[in-house]
This record gives sequence, C-alpha cells and structure tokens, in this order.
Amino acid sequence: MTSFLVLFILVLLSIAIWQLTKIFDLTQIGQSSDNTQIANDNDNKVNGYLMFAFLVFIYLTTIVCIVKYGDLPLMSGSASVHGKDVDQLMWISMILIFVVQTITQALLHYFAFKYRGRKGQTAMYFADNNKLEFIWSSIPAVVLAVLIFYGLYAWTDIMFVDEDEDTIVIELYAKQFGWEARYSGKDNVLGKANVRYIEGVNTVGVDLADPNAQDDIVVNELHLPKGKRVVFKIRSQDVLHSAYMPHFRAQMNCVPGMVTQFSFIPNMTTSEMRETEDMITKVNRINQIREKKNTQLVAEGKTPLDPYTFDYLLLCNKICGASHYNMQMKVVVDTPEEFKTWLKDKPTLVQAVKDANAAPADAEKPNVTNDSTTAKADTTVVAQVEMK
Amino acid sequence: MSAMSHEHDHHEHDHHEEHHHKDTFITKYIFSIDHKMIAKQYLITGIIMGLIGVGMSMLFRMQLAWPEESFKIFSFFLGERMAPGGVMNNETYLALVTIHGTIMVFFVLTAGLSGTFSNLLIPLQIGARDMASGFLNMISYWLFFTSSVIMVISLFVESGPASAGWTIYPPLSALPQAISGSGLGMTLWLVSMAIFIASSLMGSLNYIVTVINLRTKGMSMTRLPLTIWAFFITAVIGVISFPVLLSAALMLIMDRGFGTSFFLSDIYIAGEVLNYQGGSPVLFEHLFWFLGHPEVYIVLLPALGITSEVIATNSRKPIFGYRAMIMSILAIAFLSTIVWGHHMFISGMNPFLGSVFTFTTLLIAIPSAVKAFNYITTLWKGNLQLNPAMLFSIGLVSTFITGGLTGLILGDSTLDINVHDTYFVVAHFHLVMGISALYGMFAGIYHWYPRMFGRMLNKNLGYIHFWVTAVCAYGVFFPMHFIGMAGLPRRYYTNTNFPLFDDLQNVNVIITCFALVGGAFQLVFLWNFFHSMFFGKKSVQNPWRSNTLEWTAPVEHMHGNWPGEIPEVHRWPYDYSKPGHEEDFVPQNVPMKPGEEVLHH
Repeated sequence: MTSFLVLFILVLLSIAIWQLTKIFDLTQIGQSSDNTQIANDNDNKVNGYLMFAFLVFIYLTTIVCIVKYGDLPLMSGSASVHGKDVDQLMWISMILIFVVQTITQALLHYFAFKYRGRKGQTAMYFADNNKLEFIWSSIPAVVLAVLIFYGLYAWTDIMFVDEDEDTIVIELYAKQFGWEARYSGKDNVLGKANVRYIEGVNTVGVDLADPNAQDDIVVNELHLPKGKRVVFKIRSQDVLHSAYMPHFRAQMNCVPGMVTQFSFIPNMTTSEMRETEDMITKVNRINQIREKKNTQLVAEGKTPLDPYTFDYLLLCNKICGASHYNMQMKVVVDTPEEFKTWLKDKPTLVQAVKDANAAPADAEKPNVTNDSTTAKADTTVVAQVEMK
Repeated sequence: MSAMSHEHDHHEHDHHEEHHHKDTFITKYIFSIDHKMIAKQYLITGIIMGLIGVGMSMLFRMQLAWPEESFKIFSFFLGERMAPGGVMNNETYLALVTIHGTIMVFFVLTAGLSGTFSNLLIPLQIGARDMASGFLNMISYWLFFTSSVIMVISLFVESGPASAGWTIYPPLSALPQAISGSGLGMTLWLVSMAIFIASSLMGSLNYIVTVINLRTKGMSMTRLPLTIWAFFITAVIGVISFPVLLSAALMLIMDRGFGTSFFLSDIYIAGEVLNYQGGSPVLFEHLFWFLGHPEVYIVLLPALGITSEVIATNSRKPIFGYRAMIMSILAIAFLSTIVWGHHMFISGMNPFLGSVFTFTTLLIAIPSAVKAFNYITTLWKGNLQLNPAMLFSIGLVSTFITGGLTGLILGDSTLDINVHDTYFVVAHFHLVMGISALYGMFAGIYHWYPRMFGRMLNKNLGYIHFWVTAVCAYGVFFPMHFIGMAGLPRRYYTNTNFPLFDDLQNVNVIITCFALVGGAFQLVFLWNFFHSMFFGKKSVQNPWRSNTLEWTAPVEHMHGNWPGEIPEVHRWPYDYSKPGHEEDFVPQNVPMKPGEEVLHH
C-alpha cells in the first residue's frame, strides 16, 4: 500500500512538474514583447485546452468512482419496509443529479474552451433575455415540486406512526460510549425512567416502583422480530448521540432530557441478509482485505483479526466524545419464533435488581447479557489516560 | 515638486482628509483607518489562519488514511502530549477537526474573504473616499485579530482545545467531564467567537451604511457592480443572524459557568447526576443553525459576487441577467434565514417542521440554478481571457454546481435520514461552500492584487496553483460522496475499528493523497503572494481593462483613493464589447456618447 502511495504521489508530482515546464516553455516564446503577467493568446489557448481536459477528468473521475465504488452505496437492499421508498427516491434524485451535472459541466467547460480569447475576436454583447431566465427558473421549479412532494409523502409515512398498529416498543439508551436496549415486556409499555434512578444494575434509570416497569428487560444486544413494526423510544444519559442504523434507513438523535422516536418494520432477518448476493460479495471483499492484513500482523507476531461475518449495526453518528468512533451495538433481526425464544430467557430488570441486592458482591456488574462480539477493545484508552 | 503641489491641492479640497494624519509606521501599517490597509490586514491574517486550518486538515487526513500509525510529523507538530509516540490520539483528532472547521468557516472564509474584499472594494467601487467610519473599521479589524489570537492560544492549553465539533452542541461542549476539550479550551473558543461576532457586526454595519450613503454621483443601486450587491446583502444577513449566535454563546457560557440550564437537562455523567433540569440541547441547535445556515451564504455570496465581476471582465462581455443576479442574491438571502432546520431533520424536533424545512430548502435551488446558468451564458460567445482569476471563477462555477446538486439529496428530509452526518455531507458542503468560497477568494486575490499591492502576481505560478488545486479538490471530495453513501459516519477517529467499513479504507488513502498534494501546492500560491509583493512586476493602472471605478484610481497607495474629484458614474459596470465603442470596455465614469443607447435593462 505504501509503495502504491509513493508511486502515486510521484506520478502526480511529475505531472505537475511537466505542466510547469511546459507552461514556462510556452511563455518563453513571446518573452521579449510580453511580460505583463496578463493572459495572452498563448495562455488562453493552453488553458482553454486544459479546460477541455478537465472536463474529461471530471467525467473519468465520475466513471471510475461509479465502477469502483458504486456498489458501496446504501441505495438498494434495505432491510426495512420503508427503505424501498427511500431507496427509490434516492435513485430518482441521483439520476437527476447525474444528468444535470453531466450537461452543465459540459457546457461550462466546453464554452471555456470554445470561446477562449484570441486577438481580434469580439465578444457578443448579450446582456439579458427574459425568455431564457424564465425557462431556467421554471424548469427547476417544476422538477423540485415533484421531488418535494415525493419526499414529503415518504417523510410523513416514515415519521408519523399509527398508534393503533400492532407494535413492539423498545427503548434505545445511549451513553458514552455504548448502547443498551430496554424491552417493554408483556404489557408493551415502558416503565417510567429518569437518570436520577440510576443505581447499581439499574443502569438505565428505570423507576422500579412504576407498575409498567415490572416486566421491563434490559439487554445490550438488540434483537428485532421480522415483519413487526418496532417503535424505538430513544434516550441519552449524558450528551447528544445519534442512533444510526444504515441498513434500515433509520436514524434519530438521542437527546438528554427528552425522548425521541423512530419506527420501522424490519423485513430481512440477519441470516437472510447474509445470504443475499451483494452481501456475500461485500463480506468476501472485506475478508480478503483482512486476510492481507493478517499476514502482516502474524509476521509482526500480533494476534490476527477475526474473519468478518455480517451483522447489522447500530452506530453512534453524533460526535459524543473521545471514543465516539467505537460506540456501536449489534442488531439481530430474528424470525418471530426465534425472537420469542431469545426474549423468554432474559430476566426482567426488577428480578435482576433483586438478585444483585441479594448478592451484594456482584452488584457492580450490570446484569446485562453481553454477547456482542463485534466490538474490538478500545485501543486508545491508554492515550487518553496519558493526556490527563 | 509637482507631487507636492498635488498633495497640497488635495488638502485644500478635502479638509478632513489626512489633515491630522501624519503617516507614521504605526498609523500607516498597524492602527490604520484606511480601508485599503485594513483590507490587506484582513487578507494577511486570513491567509495565516488559512495556513493553520489547512495544515490541520492534512494532519487528520493522514490519521484517517493510516489510522493509529506513528508519524514523525505528528510528533513535530502535535508533541508528545497530543501524539504520544507519534500516534495521534483520539481527542486530538476531534480537536483538530473542530478547530479546522472553526478557523476555515469563520476566520478564513468569513473574515478573510468578506473582510478583505468588502473593505477593499466597497469604497473603491462605489466611489467613496473611505468607509463611513474608518475608526469603527479599525476596531473591527483589531477585534478580529484579537479573536484570532485567542483561538490560536486555545490550541496550547493543557486540557486541549475545543473538541466538540465546530457546531459545539451541548452537553458535550458544556461538560468538561464529557470531553477534556470542553474545559478551558472551550471557554477560550467561546470568548474568541464572542469577540469575533462583535468584530463582524461592526464591519457589517459599516459596509451597509457605506453602500447606502456614500455612493458617488450617478451610482444608483442598479449601477452597482455585483460584487457590491453581494457584500451589501452579506452584511445584512450577518447583522441579522450573528447576534443569535452571540446569544447562544452567552447562554452556553452561563450554563458552563453559572449553573443555568438553558441547554442541559437530566444528565448523568462520571458517576453522578448533575443538577441541570429543564433545558434542551435542541434549543441550542436551533439558535446555532439560525446563524449557521445563513453563515453558509455569508461565506458564499461574496465569492459569487467576486466571480460575477471577474467572469464579466475576463469574458469581455456583460454579465448575463444583471437584474436576475440581484434578484437571486436577494432570494437566496431571504430563504437562507428560513431553512436552518434542514440541519436538524433528525434532531428530535417535530417531524412536521421537517416537512416545512424540506420545502423552503429545496426552493433555494431555484435562485442557485439561475446564478449557475447565468454564469454559463456569460461565457457563451465571449472572448475569454483565461487569467488565473478567471480560471478560479470557472472552477467556482464547476464546484458550485457539483456541490449544490447533492444538496437536493441532503435537503430532502427523507433522504437525509440515511446520509445525515456521513461523509456525504462532508463532501457536499466542502465542495459547495468550502472549495467554492476558497476559489472565490483566490479569484479575488489574483484579480485585485495589482490594486492592493501595485504589482502583478506571476501568472504561470497562478496557472500551476489553479490546475493542481482543481484536480486535487475533485480528487478529494468526489470519492468522498461514495464512502458517505456507504454509510461511513463523519468525525470517526478511525474507520477500521470494526469490520463494516474495512473496504472503504483504500478510498480514504486516495482521498488523503490528493489532500496532501493539493495542500502542498498551496505553497506555490504563498510563495507567489509574498514574493510578488516585493519583486512582482509593477502593475499598470487598469491591467484587466475593467470598467469598475477602482481602476480609475492611481496605483499608488493614497488616503482618500482619488486625487482631486471623485469620479462621476454615467453607466452600469458591464459595458464590455458594447457595439459603437472602439475599445472592448467602457469604464463607468465615461459619459454616454450622444445618442448612445442603454442596451440592457
């Protein structure tokens, strides 16, 4: 990689130097008569052609990016019901953008090339034209109206949840630098909570006296049943965070002092997602990269990286402190049956608090099932300590 | 001898000019009240701040490409505390990102760009001897200088500089327990910004008053060059929105120091519950973005104004659709104050507001499209003189289109859900306001350098500067859209801490390479800038054969701009290649020929 890099920089530098000498050479021609530092016909010609070359460069960059990285975008294969709408709108907007971009850049750079200054050439005195102005204000207006209405329709659909629907209510709880989730249990109502109730294993501050809280379950791996609307009630313990689940086209900030909400219906279980063709290619690609790194790591006598298997992730996407980059939670979408079995074994928070009080020695350990494997240990804690 | 008698003349004509003004070194170069000198002070301070800001971005780009690797350059610039063993630590990364954003947005592109060219061009282009208040102008610069110094000092405090992002959302920015940069570093940040806002307000008020009151005879509002329109409206937006940020900063200072709860509520941190109750961080977001969004246009409009002027002059053609350009500046200014919510679609505010802000935001695309099309039409059938300033202006139109188009995606609340706070946003705003405004600034420097220093910048170095910068700017920000589309969040110290984004790492390396090359080539510009100041070729009075009044003033630096009478204006500023004239330009102070028609409306 480093050798590639050095090569790359060398190539760029040599291009630059080649440019430099070329331009200098060109100006030597008329040196005696022209040293005003104002563009002459020669400069106009060279830079006019370079403008044209630059248009080619923009197109090439676009093509290379689309071919090489075009499969990275989260524009297809969403894992939630509303994701299809989002993706479709994204495709429409993207295609529109690419068409407009291609045309306008072509006009701009082509004109810069075509009308490059020459001695004796006169520009056309063309100051205004109402018809043209009208055309290019109204075309964007119409196109935008379509986009706006499509967008607003989808937005309303996503953000306003029908309360009567059969839903499952889950609390997402963010803190520096981790996530917890609270299931509302059989009554599907979350017990009241406030940071002032935080004590021992009651890490999310549930009011244990609240009747609705009696069947609440706190975990730190999020499981969702496929095909059922999940309503997330989102809280934060300390600073702003953002619950970002890219595969579900879902994101909402976590705001201390406030409960925010987002809702979607997952429609692909984790194992279904793992078997899609796109995902298999992506995982293979990542594993190849990791294997390459491993040969190096092993040579240095370090522990190799685990091979990657796909899992949905909940990421923090609002700057929240030093370890912001390492704040994620594994999300598993199960079939409804699997989900039931998984949840059945989990103790309620009330029970957990009782157990903890009965065995005070264990009280410091929060009773949350810790089966997340995706997070690598935070390697930078050392650096942080040193700073203080 | 003749010069002396001239000077004498001048004294008699303008009694209050230079009367009690003996030009000592201090009054001429330091505490100057001459707008041209103040413009140079702004420019040079802005360039120095720009050097710091761009340098920081190169450092953290290296960290992103080669995460947690040891570099000698880190040890050298950051020291053992911020980069133990040459490895940049995570808090330092956030600090660099934060200060890079702050410096570039406020100190370079607001003060450096608008401060320089508003000060230089407003009096010269409207035909005034100086700003309405030279004294206020001087204070404005020195407050800006003070705030720059405080911002730079904050880099050296023990707990580190502010590191809560340039948006400084509380509670992160309010609580030193949350991140160590929110201690003294953040206090200095807030103090620096408060002074900066005072400076900006003084400057803006001065610009507004000058444009309204001090136009020379014949200079009606519809004969103003588009640069002046842009600076004027920019100043108006600044006066409307900067005080809101000041109030937010003051409230944040109170939350931090005096126990109020404007923005804080229900917080448990470092093992204890804090006393704050009833505040809301969302309120801060509203206040911040009420400035923050207009700020984008405060940065961009002057650049667009400069571009209008430079494109018209170098195309030897009137700017196409002069009135439409003014209307779109006004429309953009108005709309910019009612779209701030598009930064907050997923902040937890009522989703209905999201719909409203989507609507107003996408409306901005219309005046922006009009401007872009008008620029392109101005090039059509021109006689383009491809000076470095012109290249940067064309480059601006190009990046303005590329960056502006992705705004259609981000401005749409539905699509914003998934790309909010990813690298897609970073790519979008860097192209549309960062790179575009920088290009505008460079265009202005190349174009008005002879006016400022009486010497020409070397054009070949200018060409090299432009082409390498143009290639690198696209090389950095075009691929960045794609990693954003893949869901990569911004402000992550490393992207390889978990495997999901491993396949984006090579893209990050490419981006960083372009950034390093592009950054390094700015040295060409710096060399050209400082070298030409002393050794550049002496300029003639009107090197670009331009119409506006600043080129009717003599090259020598003189207080009061014109010896003798102020020129009178007889026509609009865009009579380039007008049929019936021998030259392809007709300066504004040339009277209409008998029977000459006004060919524009």
